[in-house]
Amino acid sequence: MVHERVMEKLAILADAAKYDVSCSSSNSNRQNKDKGLGNASAHGICHAYTEDGRCVSLLKILLTNHCIFDCAYCVSRKSNDVKRAAFTVQEVVDLTIGFYRRNYIEGLFLSSGIFDNPDYTMERLVRIAKKLRLEENFNGYIHLKAIPGASDELLQQAGMYADRLSVNVEMPTEQSLKLLAPDKNHKDVIKPMVYLKNGISEYKEEKKRNYKTPLFAPAGQSTQMVIGATKENDLEILGMANYFYEQMNMRRVYYSGYVPISYDERLPAIGTPVPMIRENRLYQADWLVRFYGFNVNEIVGFDHPNLDLDIDPKLGWALRNLHQFPVDINLAELELIQRIPGIGFLSAKKIVEARKFKKLQPYDLKKLGIAYSRAKYFLAFASPFSLQKDLTSVQIKNHILNFQKSKYQNNFSNQLALF
Amino acid sequence: MTQVVYDSTYEGWLTAVFEIYEYKFTDVVFAKEDASNSLLFSNLHMVATDIEKAKRVFDGLKKRLSASGLEMVYHAFLSEINKMDEILFQFVKYVFASSGNVEGDLSNNEVLAVRKAAHLTHRESHRMKAFIRFQLTKDQLYYAIIEPDCDVLPLIKDHFKKRYADQRWLIYDAKHKYGVYYDLENVETVQLQFDSKSNSSQILAEIADEQEGFFQDLWRRYFSSVNIESRKNMKLHIQHMPKRYWKNLVEKIPNIKN
Repeated sequence: MVHERVMEKLAILADAAKYDVSCSSSNSNRQNKDKGLGNASAHGICHAYTEDGRCVSLLKILLTNHCIFDCAYCVSRKSNDVKRAAFTVQEVVDLTIGFYRRNYIEGLFLSSGIFDNPDYTMERLVRIAKKLRLEENFNGYIHLKAIPGASDELLQQAGMYADRLSVNVEMPTEQSLKLLAPDKNHKDVIKPMVYLKNGISEYKEEKKRNYKTPLFAPAGQSTQMVIGATKENDLEILGMANYFYEQMNMRRVYYSGYVPISYDERLPAIGTPVPMIRENRLYQADWLVRFYGFNVNEIVGFDHPNLDLDIDPKLGWALRNLHQFPVDINLAELELIQRIPGIGFLSAKKIVEARKFKKLQPYDLKKLGIAYSRAKYFLAFASPFSLQKDLTSVQIKNHILNFQKSKYQNNFSNQLALF
Repeated sequence: MTQVVYDSTYEGWLTAVFEIYEYKFTDVVFAKEDASNSLLFSNLHMVATDIEKAKRVFDGLKKRLSASGLEMVYHAFLSEINKMDEILFQFVKYVFASSGNVEGDLSNNEVLAVRKAAHLTHRESHRMKAFIRFQLTKDQLYYAIIEPDCDVLPLIKDHFKKRYADQRWLIYDAKHKYGVYYDLENVETVQLQFDSKSNSSQILAEIADEQEGFFQDLWRRYFSSVNIESRKNMKLHIQHMPKRYWKNLVEKIPNIKN
């Protein structure tokens, strides 16, 4: 490798890839084969964290940032005046192996600008994955972007070599996609998702009959939506996410707070703060749906289409549903305990474990590390029965907000003004 | 008051537990052999590690705990938290005194302390799987230095053996003063003469493979390129990558040459 040139390419093509927020390396079961290099870790490993606090698990780069499309929200759009670069196939392979052997990364996340046409681009991505698997006997994690418009044959091959595939829907609605990405077409985005969904479920079925079935994207597929670039509300965003979880069997939907990178008047101006609180609330809501047994309709609805910014969505739900409280933690089902603000699902499990031995008291809950100051408004203890005096939801909210110091408090007033 | 002195190994501690029951000591404190505080106590009981005795205690725990409960005891021991050997002994007494499995009794102080210590070890072993940075030498050995609080090498060596099956590697724990070495067949425990001088940049430069510096620079460049300045959040960064680990992390050590 020619050192300076590769160094420069890495800077350009890592910088261009960083707005794709996914960096997960979990959920693959790929084993080390024939004493080769690498394996996948079921829970994923973050090898470093950027100064903005995000996980660095994979070498996340673009093959090239040359692009024939002109999507307004994208830093690599055709009309943007940025330095362009392209890796060779061999350079990507050498970087991946060199980083992996030093335990810097779990594997490769490869995406690309669209050069020439979708198939031509996709073929290059597949070629790199294939080379890593077959020539280097590399069994680490590979995440490939499925390029909208690429042929089924190439998607099939991508699934054979990659652990995860993703197609970014980018905009929560078709109208916004039309507005900001005139070259892209909603159908072209959905089509590869459907193909992958079928391929993945066929593989799973086949695997039940024959455990030696060759892997096909064992870590499934994911997608990403840009948040705050367009006018959609949280109801629309979470509704779309729900569609992906239910209809496309997505493993993850990522929400990427829009980082202003353009003077385009269709978009928030440069200098507008990244909507980080909103993004955080969306992830919290996403978690409630995936792990806590909530239905999207319980979290957002037509009468409250946006998540509260000052309180988390679980507390928001509880305050709207005070009739379901107080909950007796010595008797209630696990599912109900998980719904109490201040008690996460690990704490809920601990409570259910510990109450087998004695009736738990407030003192015990504090010891278990529960956020008692917020949970107490929703709890009842069997004996002695001590119930908080009846407070309205507004009173509870104020009590909690006064008591806690939000990690966002500093930039909070500043951001609130935008909505 | 009897002071029970053992050799600081897990088997040694299990043997000590056996002998406390055997000799019916009532009031005990534990001490590790290398500690030099023995004169304070009149009754000194020296434990000679005995695999048979250790196994009896181990099997007794195995009968009364789940597989993960048994593992929890070992992990808590490896945490090396001050007085953990005594807390674990209190825990074991509670286990043996009860008819059912008590590992879920989290409102009990010892159970909770053991679970927390095990969690600490588990978290640090996960962190070491992440934060180990291998450097390649001229004779194609990948080596790394770590300084974890807990004794995690026993818990992470299999992970590295499976993953880096085709390269020779050495992980040296400078805090606990031993390492593990994989020779393409087996992983062995090794002792090394390793002082602060041998970690000097000059010596490292002499033994390094010619590509090593380039890859370290690439990684530093990558690490800074993926950061999004407008989202900067150092508090979160430090929470995930505590400062005590930085001195062995390539990306957190500025390259002096540049």
